[in-house]
Parts: sequence; C-alpha cells; structure tokens
Amino acid sequence: MTVVLDVDWAIAWVRLTAVEVAARRDELVELDRQIGDGDHGENLDRGFRAVVARLDALEEPPTTVGEVLRLVATTVMSTVGGAAGALYGTAYLSASRVTAVPVLDSSGTVGLLEAALDGVVRRGKARVGEKTMVDAWSPAVEAARRAAGRAGLRPAELLVVAAEAAEAGAVATDPLMATKGRASYLGERSRGHRDPGAVSSALIVRAAASAAGVG
Amino acid sequence: MSDTGPGRAPDVALVLVTHSATLARGCAEVAEQMAPDVRILAVGGNPDGGIGTDTEAVRAALVQVIAEGLGAVVLTDLGSAVMAAELAVELLAPEAAARVRVVDGPFVEGAVAAAVAAQIGAALDEVAEAARGLAAVARPPDGPANPTPDGPASSPPDGPAVHSAAVTLRNPLGLHARPAAVLARMVAGFDAEVRVNGVNAASMLELMKLGASGGRELTVTATGPAAEQAVGAVVAAISAGFGEA
Repeated sequence: MTVVLDVDWAIAWVRLTAVEVAARRDELVELDRQIGDGDHGENLDRGFRAVVARLDALEEPPTTVGEVLRLVATTVMSTVGGAAGALYGTAYLSASRVTAVPVLDSSGTVGLLEAALDGVVRRGKARVGEKTMVDAWSPAVEAARRAAGRAGLRPAELLVVAAEAAEAGAVATDPLMATKGRASYLGERSRGHRDPGAVSSALIVRAAASAAGVG
Repeated sequence: MSDTGPGRAPDVALVLVTHSATLARGCAEVAEQMAPDVRILAVGGNPDGGIGTDTEAVRAALVQVIAEGLGAVVLTDLGSAVMAAELAVELLAPEAAARVRVVDGPFVEGAVAAAVAAQIGAALDEVAEAARGLAAVARPPDGPANPTPDGPASSPPDGPAVHSAAVTLRNPLGLHARPAAVLARMVAGFDAEVRVNGVNAASMLELMKLGASGGRELTVTATGPAAEQAVGAVVAAISAGFGEA
C-alpha cells in the first residue's frame, strides 16, 4: 500500500524523521563523539522536536509540499545550530523551492532529492568521497534518477530506491578519510568510523520512504 | 560615492559571526576603538546561548543594518559560522543580499582593517577587500584617481610635487594596530596620497605589515593638493608617539 506524495505525506515524513532521530539519538551522539564534537544527535533531536512543535501549532494547514519543507528549513536552521543546522537548513530550503505543488510526481520526487543534495553541496562545498552528508545524498539522487527512467515505478517507490542507496552510501563512509568538516582535523584517524552526517541523511531519506508506506 | 567629510556616517556596517558571544563582542570592542562611527554587530553563540552559531540571529542582524540603509560585511570565525552566514544571506531578498559580502579572512585583523576602511568612507567592496586582509584598501572612493609613484622622490620632473620628511618612531611598540589605524584614518582626511616607507598610509594593514618597531626611522611622502599638511600631520602624530610613549 503506497500513498501519493502529497502534503500529508510531507508532514508524516517530517514527524517520522523526528521519531527516528529521537530513537537513534544515542547512536548519532556516539558516532559524532568518535570523529566530531559529539553533539549531532542532541542537536538534531532538539531541532526536529521544535519542527514537530511548530507543525502542531500551525493554524492553517500547508497547501504544498514546499511549505512543509520550508517550515523544516527555518526551524532547523534556528534550532540545530552549527554546521548541521546550516547544511540541513539549506537542504530543506532548496528542496522547498522546487516543491511548491500539492503532490509530487516522479520528476518532482527526483527534483526534491536533487535540490536537497544541491543545497548540501552549495553550503558545505564537499564532494563525494570526503566522508560527509554528500556521501549519502549523492547516491540517493543517482539511484532515484536511474529508477525514474524505469517504467512502472511510482514516486513513493523512488524513495525506497533512494533510501537504500543513501544507507549504502553512509556505510561506505567507514573506510574514508575525512577531508571536510570537524572530522578532517583527525586526518587518518577518521578512517574506520561512519560519518554521522551521512547516517542522519540516510535516516531522513528512509523516513521519506517509510512515510509513504513503502520502506 | 561616499562623502568622507566630517559628520557623515559610514555606509558599511560589520556583522561579526562567531561561535561565542564573548568572542564576537570582544572583537567588536577592539574594532570599535579604531572606528568609533562604524556600526558593528556582534552575533555569537547558538540559539541557547552556548557555543555555536545561529543563522536566524545573523539574518536578523543583516535585516537590521540593511533597514538602516547600510551595506554589510560579514566576518566569521570557524567553518560553520561561514555556513550560517552564507545561509542567512540566502534567506534575504535579492536586493538585500546584493548589499552583503561574506568574507573569509583573518577574523580579528580582518575586522579591524574592515572597520577602519568603513570609518574612512570606503565602499562595500573595498571594505570587504580590507576584511580579506588582501588589500590596500582605503583610498576613499572619491579620492584622487591617479596612483602615485611607489617610492619617495620618484616623481617625474613634471609630475606632482612630492613632500617628504623623515621621522623616528617614538613609542616602543611602533606601528602596531592602534597607531596604524590612527594614521590610516588621519591620512584619509587629507586630499593627498600619502606613503610611509613606500606603502599606502591609508591602508592600516599595509602600515602594520611594515613591522616598524620603536626607534625606527620612517620616511613619509605625499603628493596632492594637501600633501604638505598631510606630511606635517603624520610626522607630528608619529613624533608624539601616538600618546603611548
């Protein structure tokens, strides 16, 4: 049973992201403690709790997917703080600009993911292979693009393909040496640890698929 | 174009974005001492007041200075502060964003150099250049258009008259930041192109790069309508030890 990617889906995606971030908070904290400053889980949890609070307080329901994503962007950038706040703020803001529609079709779904990746790249100036969020978002976008070219796949199913690629991308950061962000201070010692930003990115994409009833 | 005459407030504000409110405020204090008329906003710390950055606070600061009719040069301390600043600019309307420059430069030196450039009436891009620590900012935009020769006594026979004088630095620390700022501001007030040991005396950073310490003899040269007065004023300030000796 899959659902269309409409405003209700977008809201469900955001709420599910908050639930998942809270559930995996300690895991993210531990990953970030190994190669960062240990606050990624806590900061994201605080941010997505604030997002949910703002969703609950809305008087008028949003009419487009983009409105939901913009609310996430503005909340995250003012509550998460640090690099993650700026990176996710930019990702959601970019995504909100290409989703000013009530329902996403296949190309709109790919467009959302592409815009999120563009935002992360624009803000962080990282490339694939530098042990960052890009290593989850980039394979997700590529996989969704390829899948969109195959007949018969629905938008929700593109998200499943993207989530699997994002998760594989996060796992694949283990052996990489960080050259961007806080972890780059560790140089060679960053190898053997999974990048917390890539993990939280994969979590977000997975939540998008799950909210559509398919992942 | 800026009017650098007395009573005219600078057109460019500084927004200092750091991971700590104390750091931002402290840097602002140093810069304000050198550039008392420049609007300097300190934005430090995360939304909870802890260590971090706050995009919304940066955006609010930018909206505020733009509403005051100013341009803004943003200086940042570490990586995520740059991101927060760039995102804050992205959130502005395009016409507002066009009046902001986010600069990646040395934080304290850049802030002071930018503040001094703004104080003497430099335009937005010139203040940004000063903040990057690159440049010889700091001719006021409506200053003489023709560059002066580089060294003393190198003007062609028919060129502008060069006024020149030698003077010994009296204060023990020499041309450190505060005296350099004092000189740069003083020089900007004269209709003259002034050089100290061959560098542009309107650029605080150029003066500091001389590394001139106490006891060193400096050569002050100037061209332009107020060259003689400018040399006299600079020599007097140096001779007086900037009130430090």
